[in-house]
Amino acid sequence: MAEAAQAIQKKEEYVDPRPPVVGPGQDFNSITRKIGDIVLMRGFKKGWVFGFAIVFLGSIMLFNTIAYLVLEGVGIWGNSIPVAWAFDIINFVWWIGIGHAGTLISAILLLLRQSWRNSINRFAEAMTLFAVACAGLFPALHTGRPWMDYYLFPLPNTMGMWPNFRSPLMWDVFAVSTYATVSLLFWFMGLIPDFATMRDTARKKWQKVVFAMLALGWRGDARHWHRYETAYLLLAGLSTPLVLSVHTIVSFDFSTGIVPGWHATIFPPYFVAGAVYAGFAMVLTLAIPVRKFYGLEDFITMRHIRNCCKVMLATGLIVAYGYAMEAFFGWYSGNTYELFMMKNRMFGPYGFLYWLLILCNVVVPWILWSKKMRDNLTVVFIVCMFINVGMWLERFVIIVMSLNRDFNPAAWRMYYPTVYDFTMFFGTVGFFLTLMFLFIRFVPMIPIFEMKTLLPESKVDESKVEEHVNGKETAPIGTSPLPQFGD
Amino acid sequence: MTKQEEKGTYGLMAEFDSPSAIVAAARRTYEAGYRRINAYSPYPIEELAEAIGFHHSLVPLVTLIGGVLGALGGFGLQYWTSAIAYPLNVGGRPLLSLPAFIPVTFECTILLASFGAFLGNLLMNRLPQPYHPVFNVPSFARASQDRYFLCVKSDDPKFNDAETRAFLAGLGAKEVSNVES
Repeated sequence: MAEAAQAIQKKEEYVDPRPPVVGPGQDFNSITRKIGDIVLMRGFKKGWVFGFAIVFLGSIMLFNTIAYLVLEGVGIWGNSIPVAWAFDIINFVWWIGIGHAGTLISAILLLLRQSWRNSINRFAEAMTLFAVACAGLFPALHTGRPWMDYYLFPLPNTMGMWPNFRSPLMWDVFAVSTYATVSLLFWFMGLIPDFATMRDTARKKWQKVVFAMLALGWRGDARHWHRYETAYLLLAGLSTPLVLSVHTIVSFDFSTGIVPGWHATIFPPYFVAGAVYAGFAMVLTLAIPVRKFYGLEDFITMRHIRNCCKVMLATGLIVAYGYAMEAFFGWYSGNTYELFMMKNRMFGPYGFLYWLLILCNVVVPWILWSKKMRDNLTVVFIVCMFINVGMWLERFVIIVMSLNRDFNPAAWRMYYPTVYDFTMFFGTVGFFLTLMFLFIRFVPMIPIFEMKTLLPESKVDESKVEEHVNGKETAPIGTSPLPQFGD
Repeated sequence: MTKQEEKGTYGLMAEFDSPSAIVAAARRTYEAGYRRINAYSPYPIEELAEAIGFHHSLVPLVTLIGGVLGALGGFGLQYWTSAIAYPLNVGGRPLLSLPAFIPVTFECTILLASFGAFLGNLLMNRLPQPYHPVFNVPSFARASQDRYFLCVKSDDPKFNDAETRAFLAGLGAKEVSNVES
C-alpha cells in the first residue's frame, strides 16, 4: 500500500519533459487574435496574392484539360490496352492516400487523446476534403462519358438496371462518396464554434452576417457543448474504421484482379500505411511554409513536426515491409508470371522508376532517424517532397508495370503518358493548392476553441471551485471593455 | 423602460472570468434550487454541463439508430437489386453474394451513423437558430472568446428579479445583466 501511495505521489510530481504544444505567453485573446486576424484582416498579403495567382493558373490548366477531354474523349491520354488504367488511377489513389492523413490526425489521434493534434487537425481535414475532390475527378472522367456518371449510383431507371454490387469498383463509389461526405460533416462540425468566434469578433457587417449564418446560431451553451463533444467523438470513432476501409477498398480494386503484381493479400494494410505515409508528408509540405508565412510557430510547434516525422518513419517502415513482401511473394509463389512480374519491375523497361521509388520512399526518409535532421525544417521539407514523389511512383509501379506486361507477350505494350496526362495531374495539384489558399485566407485554419483547451487556465481547478463555493465572495467590478479584432 | 417590460425578460445573465468560478457558481445556483439555468463558455467544460444538471445526451442513441438503419438499408438495397430486381447469373454463383456485400453495407452503416451524430447534435441543440435572446446582452460576444456566462431563466419557479440578481451578484459575478426576450 505504501508503495502504491508512493507511486501515486511520484506520478503527481511527474513533469512532462516535452515542450508544450502551445508556445509560451499565449492566452485566450492572443489565440483568438492570432488565428482570427488571418481571416478577418483587411486586404490580402502580397505573398498570398502571388502564390494564389500561380496556383490558380494551375486550376485553369486543369479546367482547360477537362474541357478538351470532354470534347475529345479519353483518347487524349496515353492510356491504351493493355494499360487501360494509367495516370488517372495513379492520381486517384495518390490523392485519396494524401487525404487519409487528415482523417488520421483528426479522428484517430483524437481517440488516442493526442492533444498535440489540436493545432493541425483543421488544416489536415481541409487537406483531406480537397484531396478527395481532386481524387474523385479522375475516375469520374475516366469513365469516358462523365455525363453518364450517375449510372454509378443505384438510381431507379426505366431500363430496370441496377449496378453490380459484387464489383470492387462499385465498392469504391460507396467508399469514396461516404468518405467525402463524412469528412465534410466532421470538418464543418469542428468549424461551427469557430465560426461563432469569428462572428463575435468581426467588425464589418458583412463578415458578421456571413459568419453568423455559418455558425448556425452557436452560443456556447453548456448543454450544446456536451452534445457537441459526444457527437464529435462519435464521428471520430466512425471515421476511424471508415478511413481504414476506404484505402482497403481502393486496394481491392487491384487485389481482387488476377493480374500479377495486383493479386496480393498484403495490399490492404500496405495501401493504408502508404496512404498515411503520403498524407503526413503532404501535411508537412503544406504546414512548414504556412507556419513560417503566418508566424504560427507557437501553435504548430517543433513538437508537431517531430511527431509527424515519427509517424512517417513508422508508416515508412510498413511500406518498406510491403515492398519487401511483394518481392518475396513473387519469388515464393513459384509462379512464372509472378516471378516475371517482379523481374520486370526491377529490371524491365521501367526499372529505373522502381529504384527511384525505393530511393524516395525507403532510403531518403531514413535520414529522419536522426534527431538533428528531424529538427531541421529544410531537411524535413525536402524529405517530404521525396515521399510525395515516391508515393506517386509507387502507384505507377503497381498499376502500369503490372498491366503493360502480363500473361501473353503478344499483348505487351509500353505505356507513355501524353502532355494531357501531365496537364491534368499538375492541374489537380494547382486546383488543390487553390482550394488550400482560399481555405487559409477565409476560414480559421487552426481550431480556436480547441487551442484554448490546451491552455492551463482553461482547466477547472477543483480547489479553486471549493474556494468559490465556500463563499469567498468578490464584489462585482463592472465590465471590462470588449476586445476588438479584425483590422 | 416600458418597451422592455412589454418585451419581457428572458432571464438574468451573470458574467464570470474563470472556468473555476463559473463551475462553482453553477453548482451553487443548482444547489439553491434553480433548475431553468444555462451556462455558456468559449470551449467545452465537462464539469459545467454536470453542474447545471445535464448528464445524458441522446446523441449516441440517434447515432446507433442511424447506423442500424444504414446497415439494414445498405444490405437491403444490395439484396433487393442483386437477387430480386435484377438477378445476374454469373457462372452460377449465388445471387446473395454475402462476402461481396460487406463493403457497401459497411459504408452505408458509417454514412447514416455519421448523419445521425451530426444531425442529432444539431437538431437536439435546436440549431440552426439565428436569433436567441442571450445575444441581446452586449458583453455576450465574449462567450465565444474568453468569458463564461450563467443565465437563470425567468420561467424558473424560483425566479425573482431582485432576489436572483442579488444571488448571482453574490456568486462573484463580474456583472449581472438583464436578458431581454
